[in-house]
Amino acid sequence: MVKPATTKDDAHALFYSLRSAYSATPTNLKIIDLYVVFAVFTALIQVAYMAIVGSFPFNSFLSGVLSCVGTAVLAVCLRIQVNKENKEFKDLPPERAFADFVLCNLVLHLVIMNFLG
Amino acid sequence: MAVPVDNLTKPTPASSTLRFAFGNVLAFFILLLIGVLAFSIRLFSVIKYESVIHEFDPYFNYRVTQFLTKNGIYDFWNWFDDRTWYPLGRVIGGTVYPGLTLTAGTIWKVLQSLNIPLSVETVCVFTAPVFSAFAAWATYLLTKEVKGTGAGLTAAVLLAMVPSYISRSVAGSYDNEAVAIFALIFTFYLYIKTLNTGSLFYATLNSIAYFYMVCSWGGYTFIINLIPMHVLLCIVTGRYSSRLYIAYAPLVVLGTLLAALVPVVGFNAVMTSEHFASFLVFIVIHVVALAYYIKGILSPKMFKVAATLVVSVGVVVCCAVVAVLVAVVASSPTKGWSGRSLSLLDPTYASKYIPIIASVSEHQPPTWPSYFMDLNVLAFLVPAGIIACFAPLSDASSFVILYLVMSVYFSGVMVRLMLVLAPAACIMSGIALSEAFDVFTRSIKFYISNLSEFLQTDAGDTLPGNNVSPQNEVLKNEKKEDTLKERPSRKNKKKEKENIEKPYVKSKTEKRPLVLPVEASFFALFLTVLLGGFYVVHSVWAAAEAYSAPSIVLTSHSHDGLHVFDDFREAYAWLSHNTEVDDKVASWWDYGYQTTAMANRTVIVDNNTWNNTHIATVGTAMSSPEKAGWEIFNSLDVKYVLVVFGGLVGYPSDDINKFLWMVRIGGGVFPHIKEPDYLRDGQYRIDSQATPTMLNSLMYKLSYFRFVETDGGKGYDRVRRTEIGKKYFKLTHFEEVFTTHHWMVRIYKLKPQKNRIRGKTKKSKSKTSPTTPRSGTVKKNPWH
Repeated sequence: MVKPATTKDDAHALFYSLRSAYSATPTNLKIIDLYVVFAVFTALIQVAYMAIVGSFPFNSFLSGVLSCVGTAVLAVCLRIQVNKENKEFKDLPPERAFADFVLCNLVLHLVIMNFLG
Repeated sequence: MAVPVDNLTKPTPASSTLRFAFGNVLAFFILLLIGVLAFSIRLFSVIKYESVIHEFDPYFNYRVTQFLTKNGIYDFWNWFDDRTWYPLGRVIGGTVYPGLTLTAGTIWKVLQSLNIPLSVETVCVFTAPVFSAFAAWATYLLTKEVKGTGAGLTAAVLLAMVPSYISRSVAGSYDNEAVAIFALIFTFYLYIKTLNTGSLFYATLNSIAYFYMVCSWGGYTFIINLIPMHVLLCIVTGRYSSRLYIAYAPLVVLGTLLAALVPVVGFNAVMTSEHFASFLVFIVIHVVALAYYIKGILSPKMFKVAATLVVSVGVVVCCAVVAVLVAVVASSPTKGWSGRSLSLLDPTYASKYIPIIASVSEHQPPTWPSYFMDLNVLAFLVPAGIIACFAPLSDASSFVILYLVMSVYFSGVMVRLMLVLAPAACIMSGIALSEAFDVFTRSIKFYISNLSEFLQTDAGDTLPGNNVSPQNEVLKNEKKEDTLKERPSRKNKKKEKENIEKPYVKSKTEKRPLVLPVEASFFALFLTVLLGGFYVVHSVWAAAEAYSAPSIVLTSHSHDGLHVFDDFREAYAWLSHNTEVDDKVASWWDYGYQTTAMANRTVIVDNNTWNNTHIATVGTAMSSPEKAGWEIFNSLDVKYVLVVFGGLVGYPSDDINKFLWMVRIGGGVFPHIKEPDYLRDGQYRIDSQATPTMLNSLMYKLSYFRFVETDGGKGYDRVRRTEIGKKYFKLTHFEEVFTTHHWMVRIYKLKPQKNRIRGKTKKSKSKTSPTTPRSGTVKKNPWH
């Protein structure tokens, strides 16, 4: 009897299709994704550390977490602009996208250094 | 450009490039003229009076700028001011929005290095007009992003002259809004530019412009709540795109960090409710972005499965997070909002809980006529602009509509925020006027081209074929099915109805050449120009007559010429020349900034109004009888008391008219001051019907001491229009040291305590014991 798939089967099928679809992405995008995951992971470690040790000095905590989150967000923006499947950005040379990324990161880290205390 | 009209006449590439080039040069010169206009319309007060700083708040900014230029930036950041709020002092570095002073200080420094010796006062006076020219240019850029160059130029010229903005940026009004409005419009322009282009470079610039806005004005919370609202609107209406993500997400992170850098904001950037909206929408946009990404890489069936799974898990997580957030926010008594923001959200909040915020005249709701006074013609062009924004609706035009709606609401709460409405109204009206002009001129061009074609067909030329066929091609290209429209002579009046019927055409910027009858369009063009003329006349009148008063110098015209009332500066100059440097001067908080800036003396309370109890102390002292007032002032080391009195000349903003606030604020903190004690039939009176508490109060005595000598015994108060109640009395604890020429400012000195009190000691000792159980109702003075 063909039963409607159970939730567990659904979850398995979903997981496999996600995995196969993701492995089809080009390598440069995968590198950016890895960087994003690394940044978010670092942010989570900092939050866990703050939960253990306490939030003084708060400005250092804020600047640390926001630098990780900020660079993750900027990397996602870079990925959006560099992705060849994205129709809106087909006129944008990837070098320009990377230059914007570097500039924004510079500004972000300048502010971080100022705020770090 | 709004409508490239070249297709209707000679479509050769060379001539169209020339036309574009000519158009660009013309636009540049028009912008230059707009800048000059914006600058010069604000100079009326300099011409009519002198180059002087106006009002009260600008004097504080001027004093801070003086300190900055004299001592440098590091001392400015760490400045603790001990000459105000004596004995508390004020941390200037941490409580002032530094944008304005840093801007003026930089301009002064640059000019000094170029060997142009302008004084700090001149730079301060003229900062506002210069930045209003910049604001007009920023409006041009913003409206160009929304609708095109024509609308941009119209909006810029409207903003250069709108009376509401003039009122806060005349030459001499050296206040935060002078640079903040420029920063506001520029930040919005960069946001829209990022949204339209999707470039991370503009996103960075947007964050830096937002930083400048945070430095300049407390109204930056408007930006950090409006932009998330717009992002949410775009997501909900299905206009999510990756450009939206690039426009919003870096702004939140960089913007929060930059806002936290400014000392006056500090950690409020992450902890107060004013910023929570941006974080919430930050999370929402990430969820939406992830959803779109997964949708892109999965097949539709799998996506359905993913959606059901995520929704079931996500709802649980969401509820948990929301519960935590609500618990954290609800634990603070004001739910995390500051007093001023709460008074914006709930207009009745301030009058119930914070009388100081309610007492400021700028914080009252505006009256209906003030909309027409401040916006004039724009008030009814705005709805036309809203309709024009809907055809076609883009991200940028939806943003402008949202900006307008929000600013209309907030302007209805506080008259001071009409200033935030002004740029939105100018943008909308600019769009409306530009669209109207387009229709009219297009009708006229059609008529002229038809006329020339008709004449040329008469002469037997072959050109008409060439002229008509590209025209017909253009017509055929634009209208996909309607054959009726191909007759260019068809008169079509219902333009909006056509737009609704043909939605597929709305994405094109070129419209069908819908034309009005040519006579109607000529007449309408003339009427629109007349409308613009009315606006200009009104704006110039408002700038010259209504908004150019420096309020530190008053003038009046009478039959024997012009009277100038310079009493304030007279009093401050007397103070600075005839008192010791360390003497403390007490007055109502309105005059604190001017006293510290011009008289250079320490004051007790000033316009910053950050300490309600201290103000209530001064208010209680002014409302108490003479001895009690002397006691309070003596405990604060006060040497001189300054009151402003307008009864001789009819100056209505004097301290007796402000007395009700002294009683209310004092009574709010010290319960022995009861407002009904001062009221007769619910009114404050100073004539013979006044209550004895009123007639004995220090404010009454200091205002009306020796007043009867001015008009031979009658004591007629020109502001209250009655004769005063108590005419002849002596002051026992104060002595009058100075009264200005028109009796507008009166300065009194506290008499030192007598060395011995003849015969009173035994009496007071025996009196205290029987009187204390008797005086259960009348509590004399909390300082005993």
